Amino acid sequence: MNQPIKGGRGVNALPFVAPSVVILFIWMIVPLVMTLWFSFQRYNLLSPELSGFVGLSNYSFLLTDSSLWIAMANTLLLVGGVLAITVVGGTLLAVLFDQEFFGSKIARLLAIAPFFVMPTVSALIWKNLLMHPVNGVSAAITRALGLQPVDWFGQWPLFSVVVIVAWQWLPFALLILLTALQSLDHEQKEAARMDGAGPLAIFWYIVLPHMGRAIKVVVMIETIFFLSIFAEIYVTTGGGPGLASTNLTYLIYLRALLEYDIGTASAGGVIAIVLANIVAAFLVRSIARNLDA
Amino acid sequence: MRLKLDTHAALSVAGWLAASALFFPIAWMLLTSFKTEIEAVATTPSLIFTPTLDNYITVQERADYLKFALNSVVVSFGSTLLALALAVPAAYGMAFFPTKRTRGTLLWMLSTKMMPPVGALVPVTLVFRDLGLIDTLAGLIFVYALINLPIVVWMLYTFFREIPREILEAGRMDGATPLDELRFLLLPLSLPGLASTGLLAVILTWNEAFWSLNLTAAQAGPLTAFIASFSAPEGLFWAKLSAASTMAVAPILVFGWLSQRQLVRGLTFGAVK
Amino acid sequence: MRKTIAATLMAGFTSFGATIAAAETLTIATVNNADMVVMQKLSPKFKEKTGIDLNWVILEENVLRQRVTTDIATKGGQFDVVTIGAYETPIWGKQNWLASLDDLGDSYDYKDVIEPVRNMLTVNGKLYAAPFYAESSFTYYRKDLFAQAGLTMPEQPTYTDIKKFATALHKPADNQYGICLRGKPGWGENMAYVGTLVNTFGGRWFDMDWKPQLTSPEWKEAVTFYVDILKNYGPPGATSNGHNENRALFSSGNCAMWIDATAAAGHIYNPAESKVADKTGFAKAPVAKVENGAGWGWAWALAVPNSSKKSDAAKKFIAWATSKDYVTLVGETQGWVSAPPGTRKSTYANPEYKKAAPFGETVLKAILAADPTHPTAQPVPYAGIQFVAIPEFQGIGTQVGQSVAAALSGQSTVDQALQSAQTAVERTMKQAGYIK
Repeated sequence: MNQPIKGGRGVNALPFVAPSVVILFIWMIVPLVMTLWFSFQRYNLLSPELSGFVGLSNYSFLLTDSSLWIAMANTLLLVGGVLAITVVGGTLLAVLFDQEFFGSKIARLLAIAPFFVMPTVSALIWKNLLMHPVNGVSAAITRALGLQPVDWFGQWPLFSVVVIVAWQWLPFALLILLTALQSLDHEQKEAARMDGAGPLAIFWYIVLPHMGRAIKVVVMIETIFFLSIFAEIYVTTGGGPGLASTNLTYLIYLRALLEYDIGTASAGGVIAIVLANIVAAFLVRSIARNLDA
Repeated sequence: MRLKLDTHAALSVAGWLAASALFFPIAWMLLTSFKTEIEAVATTPSLIFTPTLDNYITVQERADYLKFALNSVVVSFGSTLLALALAVPAAYGMAFFPTKRTRGTLLWMLSTKMMPPVGALVPVTLVFRDLGLIDTLAGLIFVYALINLPIVVWMLYTFFREIPREILEAGRMDGATPLDELRFLLLPLSLPGLASTGLLAVILTWNEAFWSLNLTAAQAGPLTAFIASFSAPEGLFWAKLSAASTMAVAPILVFGWLSQRQLVRGLTFGAVK
Repeated sequence: MRKTIAATLMAGFTSFGATIAAAETLTIATVNNADMVVMQKLSPKFKEKTGIDLNWVILEENVLRQRVTTDIATKGGQFDVVTIGAYETPIWGKQNWLASLDDLGDSYDYKDVIEPVRNMLTVNGKLYAAPFYAESSFTYYRKDLFAQAGLTMPEQPTYTDIKKFATALHKPADNQYGICLRGKPGWGENMAYVGTLVNTFGGRWFDMDWKPQLTSPEWKEAVTFYVDILKNYGPPGATSNGHNENRALFSSGNCAMWIDATAAAGHIYNPAESKVADKTGFAKAPVAKVENGAGWGWAWALAVPNSSKKSDAAKKFIAWATSKDYVTLVGETQGWVSAPPGTRKSTYANPEYKKAAPFGETVLKAILAADPTHPTAQPVPYAGIQFVAIPEFQGIGTQVGQSVAAALSGQSTVDQALQSAQTAVERTMKQAGYIK
């Protein structure tokens, strides 16, 4: 599937691809260069008179912070956790909703709804109306069962954030995977059924490989978004208690942006890009190996 | 595909269970929007109560919902159309005429999204200030088209790769130019893919709450600014926020439902046979 | 003849144009607190008076702060009037980013503005922001629960008293918690309260050389007390509870005591917003070892950025919105209990206000006692009771707040938490150049 179509006319693809790439390049280069520039300066919005080249001191300030490693670990846990839930859940849900059942179209719309709600609002709803240990729905349920309410954000902060983000993004995975599933030739499945394959075997050997590319897209796109989860943490736990739910983006916010220290924030941005590229390269290599692209 | 009755029933139950579980928080938010503030934070949340429209009235009195909604519509759809216009040719080129550098270009495009916005806030604000684009719809459309471009290209690339080669080769045999191919074969066949990509770009833009708050003031604020004027004031606000949020989600939900039909239609390969 | 016609037309157009130009528009950035919402609601009265149009940008506090700071620091010029707090005003005033407001006219009656509030917003003798509403902190308590248990709340409680009361009134099985306090990490959330606790136990943030004092015995005593009382006699999930959540809990009747902002008093007292309106009593903020800084001081104020091109019109608006007449306007149209509190002596002398808001006396006393220039028993190089008016404090306060929340949730001991907080603050102070 990787060979170019032989059309015999030696079509040059450049004029198609060029405009997007050029515009994206300009868009990316200007802020990137400015960010790099700022990252080597001391530049605080609130004290603009103190400025000057400070070499790598912004970077060393961030890199020698013992919280950095905790933040990186949390970032990876967060990304991994939500990815696992959304990809696995999304695949299963896609298979489910691909079937025709009573009112499936309406059920599909309901299942997709979480993605439409603004992240800040979702986080507030989950925090105050659902998970709150005194006046939330989960507390009411546990009290009705005679148990102590669970302090979600105090005892399981990272897990709670994972739940909220996974809830928001399951519809995204569902949508993409469902669309990919719809393009699967039903006759292939019928033929396999004629040959006596059970539903699980059909799923494993026919459906899953077909969705390979779509799963890869979901993983790549979601990873990019999850690496910079911010709003949900900000609204619910504020990165705490302690550093339990602080990821890299939030750490940069805490150490730099809260004090309007643009120099350090820019250095943090560069570090985040480097980390993200490493994660992406690793992902692409491992996924490309497992799923035929 | 005909199914036996109990499989059908089991599927229905499972499907509705999953849908309800996912929808429950939103349903709860909708419910809360009709409660008074005290009821909203009551220790035993109630399902039976006297509904009131006060929250919606208050929200509408305080903020001009239509203006924010219109801004959101213009910015989301404008930027999505712009992104699609730039992305379709690019994805086409990459999907059907891949070169050694295709994968590298794709990865590089995605990596432009990896810069956390907090790092780029000041540089972009300075550039926009100098270009006079702060608090303009055009500025926002531009920013969002570029933010979403990598994702749109990636997704279109994936969907284009799903198209069976045979159809396009058949068209080429019949003498179609790349442009014809694009217009008459590719776009109709990949419509579900285009639709879902477009829908996702619209949703992502609709809910994006960093640039929309930092690059606007009194004129170009979309619904995210509307919500930010109801969240976390000093005091009880969850009922009003639920009402405001319902008003903010409603248009995009309706749009999603309408475009659902595009997504449901599977690809047909009648042409191959 | 034609020349005359032309001249007349020109004169006509010019004056017409001048009239249009006189219909100015101001862009106002403000927080979404109830009092500001009222200001927006009443703004047509301002337009009637002066013909100036108003464009409102209303955002939640943290978003607003970031947006406005970015705009002013990069000279974006988007806003003509900004709402800032007692924290930003000294910092921005020093930077010369704000127009001084000493020329609002004699009818403004500067002497009527409560002195500590005026001091909060003055730098080098110049007033940089006009106070819109101000608050301190004090103790809310449930008169009915106290009466039931045979307890009396003194006018000036001590923390020993508070501990005693909390122990007696803690009945978690009935969803009744002895005391509700802020636990959510944030410089303006839990640290606002803990800051006052540290002050009254005799501690301070920095010594005169700007060295952080977080591992001092006073800090340890204060934070240990806080963790102990909130963990054992407070509601579950305290680390997620900020001002709003606690207000919700108190309004729903779940807390026997609550130490927090005086500005919430009008809302707790309002039966439409709380179930305990007729059952709430008010007492001063508790003290421990010293009286300094036991209650905090905060004001939301209106200011004019120097980057605005409409400063005359902006000053007119500010003079209107923070005047005695405005307070009367709110009192008459919204009810006297909703008059903007804490800014003018005339409000508290007004018999209508006294009738509608019987807690007014206690609030006034609290605000008068909140002196930002002498926040602690020991000398300090900074101003601010529950905050330190330096740009780095937002980050510092939030980081320390997180460590304190970790101690509260049991993830670390008080000593560990304070030690890690101390290290973090030292690093930041070094990076910012305060200490070597």
